[in-house]
Amino acid sequence: MTWVSAGRLDDIEQEGAIRFDHGGRTYAIYRGPDDSVYCTAGLCTHEAIHLADGLVLDFEVECPKHSGAFDYRTGEALRLPACENLKTYPAEVVDGEVRVALG
Amino acid sequence: MNGMVIIGAGESGTRAAFALREAGYCGAVTLVGAEPHLPYERPPLSKIVDDTVQMKLICAKEALEAAGITYLKGCSVSKLDPVAATVSLSHGQLLGYEKLLLTTGARPRRLACAGAERALDFRTHADAEAIFSKVAPGRRVAIIGAGLIGMELASVLRAKDVAVDVIEAAPKPLGRAVPARFADKLHARHATEGVRFHFDRSVAEIGNDSVVLSDGTILSADLVVSAIGVQPEMTLAEASGLATGNGILTDACLRTSAPNIFAAGDCAAVAQAGGGHIRFESWRNARMQAETAARNMVGAAETFAAIPWFWSDQYDLGLQVAGQPLPGHQSVRRSAAEGELEFYLDDGQLVAAAGLGIGNGLAKHIKLAEMLIAACISPEPAALADPGVNLKTLLKSARAA
Ligand SMILES: Cc1cc2nc3c(=O)[nH]c(=O)nc-3n(C[C@H](O)[C@H](O)[C@H](O)COP(=O)(O)OP(=O)(O)OC[C@H]3O[C@@H](n4cnc5c(N)ncnc54)[C@H](O)[C@@H]3O)c2cc1C
Ligand code: FES
Repeated sequence: MTWVSAGRLDDIEQEGAIRFDHGGRTYAIYRGPDDSVYCTAGLCTHEAIHLADGLVLDFEVECPKHSGAFDYRTGEALRLPACENLKTYPAEVVDGEVRVALG
Repeated sequence: MNGMVIIGAGESGTRAAFALREAGYCGAVTLVGAEPHLPYERPPLSKIVDDTVQMKLICAKEALEAAGITYLKGCSVSKLDPVAATVSLSHGQLLGYEKLLLTTGARPRRLACAGAERALDFRTHADAEAIFSKVAPGRRVAIIGAGLIGMELASVLRAKDVAVDVIEAAPKPLGRAVPARFADKLHARHATEGVRFHFDRSVAEIGNDSVVLSDGTILSADLVVSAIGVQPEMTLAEASGLATGNGILTDACLRTSAPNIFAAGDCAAVAQAGGGHIRFESWRNARMQAETAARNMVGAAETFAAIPWFWSDQYDLGLQVAGQPLPGHQSVRRSAAEGELEFYLDDGQLVAAAGLGIGNGLAKHIKLAEMLIAACISPEPAALADPGVNLKTLLKSARAA
């Protein structure tokens, strides 16, 4: 498992998400209401739309296109039309820096 | 075996079939669709990403099977008998029903000018294939109608370097559903992209390779597409004596004038609390009405009250509108990093919001606005206008209040 730096925690809004591109792939990194961080595959499983553009409320991200929703802690698809779960990746904050394990 | 029968396998009918199962219905569910494919989504038809017309299925064959939904494709219902509770299928079969759902959608309005039969419609996958198989860089397409479908098509064709003329009877494009500010912005973008507009004019005649306008202008065109709006498909409903107006009339629970028959989606005109009936032609409306209708078919008595919402993609721009902005509303503008938002207040209460920006960047703001609309709040216009005021904070304080 390779840990890579994905920027500063301060760059992510609380209850917000950013897009993170690495190694030809795209991910979404979330900051929860309690400042915990999570990382999932960046594209909605319904129609490959960037989830970082979606609305984050509590531990849910809503896809900006058709309102499909996921629990970004587990990747679970919570609302149609999204029905396939998102892949998740370990994420942590060290000295204010967000690191994700993408291996 | 009598069970639930759904006529029309578009967005609404297909969603309803699954929603019946989600609501716990265990009897037979039959979905009848006139088109020869598995149910597919229409929005991608006018948003071509590469060179092929997408066939984005609403569900896989396996999903229909797993849910125990009998899908009769390429089969249309030719007669509905609400007294005997039966429908006649084009296959010749007679099918009884316990409850029926009409999700027959809408069909393109036809032009009435000479040569009208030369114009192609844009509603189905087959229509999209017919259009896109004939376009190539340097060819000329005349689009009649500057509504959402016509303008989306224009943007896709310009990206393919096809010359586009748009003919519109009104003085400007997107006059119906899109707030004026954003209609103007989209118009400007189309003009920059080289779309030629012909406003305040109709079509007098369509020839083999030309279009003659009402003022005598002749435009050469290799292909003519008619995008002058749709009409609710209510042939069956009318012939069987159901109440109709601008759509199949339903009460607030989506029940038609016949007790065991419901209607949802583009074909349904739903009773409003303030009087009158409203029909929407949008993707999410089709899905949400389907879900409410399905629950009511199995015994609930839910009124349909979702806030209308639609989107449109043109070039790299995404438009989203929640609620129904009306010219009489007070409008409040906010600029955002990703584009621009406008909020609409009726007597101080937030009733609608719209946004235009790059891609889906404004989606989260519109979603929050939609939640604020649902919370029936009357925010300070200054707070709405201020990009520094987080809409999420407004929502949380509205919810805490
Ligand atoms: C090109 C295009 C782009 C669009 N883009 C957007 C967009 O960006 N955003 C948005 O919000 N909305 C968009 N829409 C609108 C959206 O697709 C519709 O509102 C939605 O499809 C309506 O769903 P429906 O199920 O009510 O009707 P339909 O999708 O029209 O489905 C009705 C089905 O019923 C079938 N049928 C009719 N009569 C019978 C019969 N007697 N027997 C059997 N079958 C029958 C028809 O063949 C049809 O397949 C777009 C529409 C089009 C055409
Ligand atoms: S693309 Fe995400 S819900 Fe459709």
